[in-house]
Amino acid sequence: MSYKLQFAELLPYWNVLLQGLVFTIVLTVVSTVAGIAVGTAGASARTFGPAWLGRIVAVYVELIRNTPFIVQLFFIFFGLPALGLKLSETTAAFLAMVINLGAYSTEIIRAGIEAVPKGHIEAGLSLAMTKWEVLRRIVLNQAFRKIYPALSSQIIIVMLGSAVVSQISAEDLTYAANFIASRNFRNFEVYLLVALAYLLLALLTRSLLRALGRVIFKAR
Amino acid sequence: MSLVSIRDVRKSFGANEVLKGVSLDIAKGDVVAIIGRSGSGKSTLLRCINGLETYQSGSITADGIEVAGANTNLRELRRHVGMVFQQFNLFPHLTAAENVMLAPTVVNKVSKAEARATAAEVLAKVGLSEKMDAYPSELSGGQQQRVAIARSLAMRPKVLLCDEITSALDPELVNEVLRVVEQLAREGMTLILVTHEMRFARDVGTKLVFMHHGKVHEEGVPKEVFAAPRTPELQQFVGQVG
Repeated sequence: MSYKLQFAELLPYWNVLLQGLVFTIVLTVVSTVAGIAVGTAGASARTFGPAWLGRIVAVYVELIRNTPFIVQLFFIFFGLPALGLKLSETTAAFLAMVINLGAYSTEIIRAGIEAVPKGHIEAGLSLAMTKWEVLRRIVLNQAFRKIYPALSSQIIIVMLGSAVVSQISAEDLTYAANFIASRNFRNFEVYLLVALAYLLLALLTRSLLRALGRVIFKAR
Repeated sequence: MSLVSIRDVRKSFGANEVLKGVSLDIAKGDVVAIIGRSGSGKSTLLRCINGLETYQSGSITADGIEVAGANTNLRELRRHVGMVFQQFNLFPHLTAAENVMLAPTVVNKVSKAEARATAAEVLAKVGLSEKMDAYPSELSGGQQQRVAIARSLAMRPKVLLCDEITSALDPELVNEVLRVVEQLAREGMTLILVTHEMRFARDVGTKLVFMHHGKVHEEGVPKEVFAAPRTPELQQFVGQVG
């Protein structure tokens, strides 16, 4: 048990690591924004939309929530070309992330919408607002306020889970680690460093989201 | 012509028939107090008038619009029929003024400045000028309910439906809300109130409706009806709550 740490051997690869880190951050930010947009639409459809649309959304949500992310990713990247849809690693990674977070956030946001007192919806309708105006002006704001912590956690989960995209050679932080380890065999140092990077990223994201929440929901 | 006309309305929740053929005519300027035991169908009737509940047969017209018509624009109907609820239902993420401004800006496409002026006017009317920028959580129940009334008034309704609007209030807060309603009545606003405030129904109401088992069991001028209830059911009811 006398392993000698040699972080110096990672130095030549600093730009690979940096590129991976940037990719992971961009992937997370984009899929968070797009995923929550999908989730908002999905949750709205399930609660305020026609029944047939709600059923389609329910199938989507259950399909994604009950299968492994890596299988979803492989299906999109390796499976879809059979149907003539050939995506680059990067596009496939982004798409899989959005679809995945979209499904989870649909459920989270739906819970928030359903927690809004029915009386508020009736009050809005009684003021001659349409169902969609009520959703947008009254319900969603309150719903997001309620589920913001849960949604924040899900964003962190998805960010950490994004490591899986390295398996289709999308060049994220984990891909960079694999790449370096396969060159200099310093597995211990590389994965220790990358683990720390993810830890830092997660903690940073968490406090960033908390600060953001305070700004968005500053009223009261 | 009556402002609100209810003709033989029947409504069931599953096998449970809650309205068993209700007919009622309400003229402009009427202050109608609907009383009765819980479960007698009074709140359901009120909610049918602005289309929050549907009914199976009969007809309701409000301001000339058939509520359950195939092509009825409920939005148009609700612009003229306001409603105030037992639980206030203020929007918690908006200030008192913003609560009042929301429908005029969203529905009537009124400018923010104009909506704010209207909000100031109607909030002054309910005695809450100094609370314009307070959030609902910073207001007492009575104040919240007065904001809710102002919010309805901002749409300039022709009829205001009040569904047990003092039932969720602490006893000492009931009067401040009733005073506002009484003032509206004096100004000629058409009001339909489901209420348990018998004294208010007698003193302010122009028409009393006693509902029992899903029907209008007795109706008339409040003072006369209270002084001499014709049916044993109303005699018993008045005896219990009076």
